[in-house]
Amino acid sequence: MASKINHRARHVALKWSHTAGLFCAMMVLCVPGLWIVLNSFRPTVEIMAKPPVWIPNNLNLDHYRAMFGGIGEGSVPVLTYFTNSLIISVTSTVIAILVGMAGGYAFARYKFKFKGGIFVGLMVTRAVPGVALSLPLFILFARIGIIDTHIGMILAYVALNVPFTVWLIDGFFRQVPPELAEAAEIDGCTRWQAFWRVEFPVARSGIASAGIFAFLTSWNEYALAAQLTRSTTSKTMPVGLLDFTSQFTLNWGGMCALAVLMIIPALILTFLVQKHLIAGLTFGGVKG
Amino acid sequence: MGLHHPTSPIIRLKCMELFHADPRDILMKRLKLPPWLVLLMPAIIILSAVVLIPLLLSLYSSFTSYRLTRPDSLFNWIGTFNYEKAVTDAKFWAAFGRTVLLLAVALNLEMLLGLSLALMISKVTRGQRALRTMMMFPMMFSPILVGFQFKFIFNDNVGLVNNALQSLGVTDTAIPWLVDGKLAMFSIIFAEVWTSTSVFGILILAGLYAIPRDPLEAAKVDGCTPFQSFRFVTLPFLMPFIYIAMAIRSLDVARAYDIVQIMTNGGPARRTELLWTLIGRTGYVDARMGYANAMGYVSIFLAIFFTIYFFKKLQSARKELGMGV
Repeated sequence: MASKINHRARHVALKWSHTAGLFCAMMVLCVPGLWIVLNSFRPTVEIMAKPPVWIPNNLNLDHYRAMFGGIGEGSVPVLTYFTNSLIISVTSTVIAILVGMAGGYAFARYKFKFKGGIFVGLMVTRAVPGVALSLPLFILFARIGIIDTHIGMILAYVALNVPFTVWLIDGFFRQVPPELAEAAEIDGCTRWQAFWRVEFPVARSGIASAGIFAFLTSWNEYALAAQLTRSTTSKTMPVGLLDFTSQFTLNWGGMCALAVLMIIPALILTFLVQKHLIAGLTFGGVKG
Repeated sequence: MGLHHPTSPIIRLKCMELFHADPRDILMKRLKLPPWLVLLMPAIIILSAVVLIPLLLSLYSSFTSYRLTRPDSLFNWIGTFNYEKAVTDAKFWAAFGRTVLLLAVALNLEMLLGLSLALMISKVTRGQRALRTMMMFPMMFSPILVGFQFKFIFNDNVGLVNNALQSLGVTDTAIPWLVDGKLAMFSIIFAEVWTSTSVFGILILAGLYAIPRDPLEAAKVDGCTPFQSFRFVTLPFLMPFIYIAMAIRSLDVARAYDIVQIMTNGGPARRTELLWTLIGRTGYVDARMGYANAMGYVSIFLAIFFTIYFFKKLQSARKELGMGV
């Protein structure tokens, strides 16, 4: 009887510590971001106040108005940067996913010579950091005449994302049993049809998750963008944020507003694809 | 080709028909390219154009005294001088050591925290979706944004941390988080771990969802304690996922440029200088691009070493699980 009670107590204690641990972890993960969001609505005086004002009593949209309005501190053309970022990220993600699907499929389904070597070779290209790549790319792009254009940035970001998408998608196709496609082929499908009708739907969610990663990488990249973009025709949001810093060193509120604008698309996208993401990672169900 | 062809002669005939009927396959046949090569071609082409060729260019320039300000110096061949200089440069080795330290501390912390986070979330019965979304929150932040955010939070004057500590009465004076060398390194590691724990979390969670139920139940029937079944069933199954995350992150941390650049810019007095901030400064601020590229190559090898290491680990983990290589 005593051991039963003991067992019960331990169970309850475990449950409580589990909840407490989760709560703490989530606090640490969310508070920094919320702090930024909160401060984007607070007037600068309140942000700078000493002693600190903990309960905000004066929330307004001033920083956002200034950012979009083009008055004073809003001279950074945020909306243009935003569109640039969106065009470049979406296009490069789509291309990277298509290229990655082809590559990943090749790695998952075929056996060939030097497979491990080629795979590592592809991965190693990702080890090259933007800083090291930016100068030779700059010279090269200037020669071809695609410096400071969307095309140049898209090209650079596709290359940045391909190794990773190949890698992830390879993993997802690997988990689709090859027997599925074989069965479809026996039933008279071509390889191509078997891929699109059988293997692709099963791996679709995994591919979506590779897409999120690719989009976030492009959306957030700074080191390359800082060198390959020169003017408002192609500057992206991260570069814009730095523009902001150099001009208004102490305008924390304005920077917070820009930061919020930068997070929103990433947030929306992640919400949209999240279902696919988790489903994609759980399709172990195919094994029956 | 690693494909099993159907064995029945009739079906094989049918397949042959289909094979010849499809123009794509005819094209493939005429070019005599194996299908895997055709599939890999786009990836290979784009990576050679955007990564390989520029890299060769910068490899060449690392043997010259190339300065951004004097383009003609690109043709001034000076042999391995830049490399010799880098190898004997104390600043370079300090940055190298710091990068390895950051890599070791951050990766292990992220792995442990990510694992425990994923385990905690997988145990939750209600509201799991919301928790997952919250966990992915930091992943949406650009490194630039993370750098800015923690620069703000650790700011000694208006930052959240100091405000909280002072209001709680823990300390009267403002703690110079980003001004003191050791504290600055701590702040950077904190920012780094904050952003990337969720990468580990989400990949490990994916692994947890994909675990087949049967071995776990078998372990339970055989009388394993929860810890034993975690150690001997769950963990080995998770290893490939952990290695994938490790490899991805080791590359990213080696390039931890944006965060450090914004938070401390390598300061105070170079106490948080990492390889890439040092290289960026040498290349763009001092305009000594040849020397910067030489140091860059040394550090690329560091990254390549880690990639290959984790890839090998991943392969052997996959083999153990019979996932095929």
